[in-house]
Amino acid sequence: MNDVVGWHALLGNLSWSALPFVRAWRDPSVSEIIGAGAGAVVVIGAAAVVALITYLRAWRMLWSEWFTSLDHKKIGIMYIVLAGVMLSRALIEAVLIRAQQAVAINAPGLVEPNHFAQLFTTHGTIMIFFMAMPFLTGLINYVMPLQIGARDMAFPYLNSVGLWLTVGGAGLMMASLVVGEFSTGGWSGYPPYTELSYSGGEGPDYWIWVVTLSSIGSTTVGINVACTLYKFRAPGMTWMRMPLFCWTSLCTAILMIFAMPPLTLATLLLAADRYAGMHFFTANLGGDMMNYVNLFWLFGHPEVYILILPAFGVYSEVISTFSAKELYGYTSLVIATAAIAVLSFTVWVHHFFTMGQSANLNAAFGIATMTIGVPTGVKIYDWIWTMFRGEVRFSAPMLLAIAFMMTFVFGGFSGIILATPPLDYMVHNTLFLVAHFHNMLIGGMLYGLIAGYMYWFPKAFGFRLNERWGRISVGCWVAGFYLAFMPLYVLGAAGLARRTQEIFDPAFRPYLLIALGGAFVLAAGLASLFVQLYVSVRDRAANRVPVGDPWDARGLEWSVSAPPPEWNFATIPQVGSRDAFYVRKRNGGAYKPADHYRDIELPKESACGVIIGLAAAACCFGLIWRIWWMAALFLAVTVVTIIARSFMRDVTKIIPAATVEAVDRQWLAHAEAARPVPRELEQLERNEGLAQWMA
Amino acid sequence: MDGVAGPQLRHAGLNLSDDPRELDEVESDVFGFWIFLMSDAVLFALLFAIYGTMLPATAGAPGPAREFKIGPAFIETMLLLTSSFTFGMASISLKRDPRPGRLVLWLGATLLLGLAFLAMEGHDFATMASDHATPDRSGFLSSFFVLVGMHGLHVTIGAIWTLVMLAQLAIFGRDRRVKVNLIRLSLFWHFLDIVWIAIFSVVYLQGLIH
Repeated sequence: MNDVVGWHALLGNLSWSALPFVRAWRDPSVSEIIGAGAGAVVVIGAAAVVALITYLRAWRMLWSEWFTSLDHKKIGIMYIVLAGVMLSRALIEAVLIRAQQAVAINAPGLVEPNHFAQLFTTHGTIMIFFMAMPFLTGLINYVMPLQIGARDMAFPYLNSVGLWLTVGGAGLMMASLVVGEFSTGGWSGYPPYTELSYSGGEGPDYWIWVVTLSSIGSTTVGINVACTLYKFRAPGMTWMRMPLFCWTSLCTAILMIFAMPPLTLATLLLAADRYAGMHFFTANLGGDMMNYVNLFWLFGHPEVYILILPAFGVYSEVISTFSAKELYGYTSLVIATAAIAVLSFTVWVHHFFTMGQSANLNAAFGIATMTIGVPTGVKIYDWIWTMFRGEVRFSAPMLLAIAFMMTFVFGGFSGIILATPPLDYMVHNTLFLVAHFHNMLIGGMLYGLIAGYMYWFPKAFGFRLNERWGRISVGCWVAGFYLAFMPLYVLGAAGLARRTQEIFDPAFRPYLLIALGGAFVLAAGLASLFVQLYVSVRDRAANRVPVGDPWDARGLEWSVSAPPPEWNFATIPQVGSRDAFYVRKRNGGAYKPADHYRDIELPKESACGVIIGLAAAACCFGLIWRIWWMAALFLAVTVVTIIARSFMRDVTKIIPAATVEAVDRQWLAHAEAARPVPRELEQLERNEGLAQWMA
Repeated sequence: MDGVAGPQLRHAGLNLSDDPRELDEVESDVFGFWIFLMSDAVLFALLFAIYGTMLPATAGAPGPAREFKIGPAFIETMLLLTSSFTFGMASISLKRDPRPGRLVLWLGATLLLGLAFLAMEGHDFATMASDHATPDRSGFLSSFFVLVGMHGLHVTIGAIWTLVMLAQLAIFGRDRRVKVNLIRLSLFWHFLDIVWIAIFSVVYLQGLIH
């Protein structure tokens, strides 16, 4: 008996049956074997990565040049790598969800109900918190300081903390495949189902703590991005001269600052219910789950715009560059962005029209929801007018932007249907809704993030991505989306509830099979992105663009070498107009040495961010499994690290003026020697990153 | 030099060198903390909203009229208000008084007042617990303990932070980062004071009106 108590103090609720391999051994059903297979992929994949890094003797380099780096560019790249890993997992889960529904027609299908519920929960949780958020955060991190002529973010160390909190959360997400089970309560985790009395296991605790880590990380990102944009713009970079991506970054950051606390609070209060027996959202003793729903969607709706606004920024840059025209209606785009950001706080009730409030309240929120269509429509017209009579090149990012405009407008129409309360009563909680928000998130956000990745990749790594594989990928993403989600509109309108594990109407079969095919095409889209990356890295010698301006582009980020030096700008640029670099090129002011070079102070590498993020995740793991010593120990590690960092004074390094000058002059010599390339030949090997321009 | 836009007027609370570049840095450091406080204010606003909806949710457990004691709550308010005053004096010492003693004295007084506040609050909670008014009894008590407890947690963090700053003053004197963090800590401390005034009014005073 004492022995059992001792083990419990040491290991909390952990036991052998927490391992999917043990469960599959005891009960070798298809569902358990799939679970064990997923766990095995995590274990083998992690082991393979560790082995590869060890074999390449890359640990020291990774640690000192990447993990501990406070350089906004490296942090941005690490965010996007994380997003790529998590996208792969969540997309495989999506294929499995589609496969289950396609084969489980009056049959049990591949996975059991509990396993299926975990699949849709992890799919949603990962796609929002560990794919979309890191991806857009990475793009903003990389691009925004370069666009405003800054050397780094306002708080480089906080930037690293935010990254590693997110990595810690993603690590817990992966750990849940190997140790225990994840929540079955959906990505929104509604109580009272997720309360202790209905979901007793560790699943909802995993969900609570990964989301808490992610939301705290995102709050720090919001503070950092907003402060950088307010205080670190180069001289002359007035608000109305900022590239539009900066505007959308600013609005996203403001949304993060105000919309993340409701989420943090929702998860923490749910934790209070589960850990301390409180009654915020329970079904008895005064608990009120409507408070949860309001809190969650007070976050959840602004979150939609946190996700989409950076993509709008990317489209603005991509369409302007590849149409070789200045952005049409810049002012109206800025106003529309800000209007969307404000309106995003006024519509959250449309996520639960059917939950008992009065018809008048629903009408008010329905109208507010439709209002958002107005500024969004303004944007679409502005982008079309930007293309009008432009010299449009149909490169892969531009194709994504065009596909976005069609797809997003279509999704917007189905949004108007859902925003009408009587119609929403008909289709709420069906696949119609699933089709609608995937329409917005894939056709809106994901296309934009991928377009941004392709557009700025040459800037970050100094060579262009393979265009052929890029187009193949775009084709898969576009065709795959329509195949996978148009049938879901039909199925939803026909009454098929979302998150259904087994289906009883054979008439749904053809639609479900088409949707499954679409899911495979989407997976092919992701696979071709990886092929594109592999091919591009392999052929990088032929595709280098060291001068840094491969697309004859417009913002300051293109005015430096590719990849940019650690200090971004040898001298902080003076900005005299919108599209500063484009104007400077044509006035003969680009590629000139500085009058004199100065020493540059940069943040020194620091391990504190890594320790804080990973210790916080370890603390959460202790909380999930009720291993109290572990939770207390790693909470202490986190707090002590935060305090210790405040005692460190040697936190910056000086780049000597001579180094800055040498690097700058070397790059200028490259630019001098490079052959300018006209726009129509920019995809050829002769593109060295120097655009040919005519006045 | 010291015109209307002179550095002294731009940063009434700062006593830094006149190097404008450094001032810009400090400005952004403090501005970032303001943004954080806005985010934190949202957290408290939501807790107040939830508390409001939970007022009738006593579920048979003790309610506000029986559990809230105006006397201790009033003394706690006075303690915290006084601590805001002493922190104000600390800020003035930081700017005007180069002698190290005064600043440490005022910070120490603030810390003691904060700790006294926490001790009284802990005593209140213990009294309620001995009356079986614990957070697991009802939605109302849950929201009370989390709202007031969240403020108490913030005061605890502020107290630890003050200790850290006292240690840093002893080690580094008034270097740039110590000054910036003292400015941030003062913002944090005054913010908690404002939140407490809301708690005193919305929770205690309202709870005692029959």
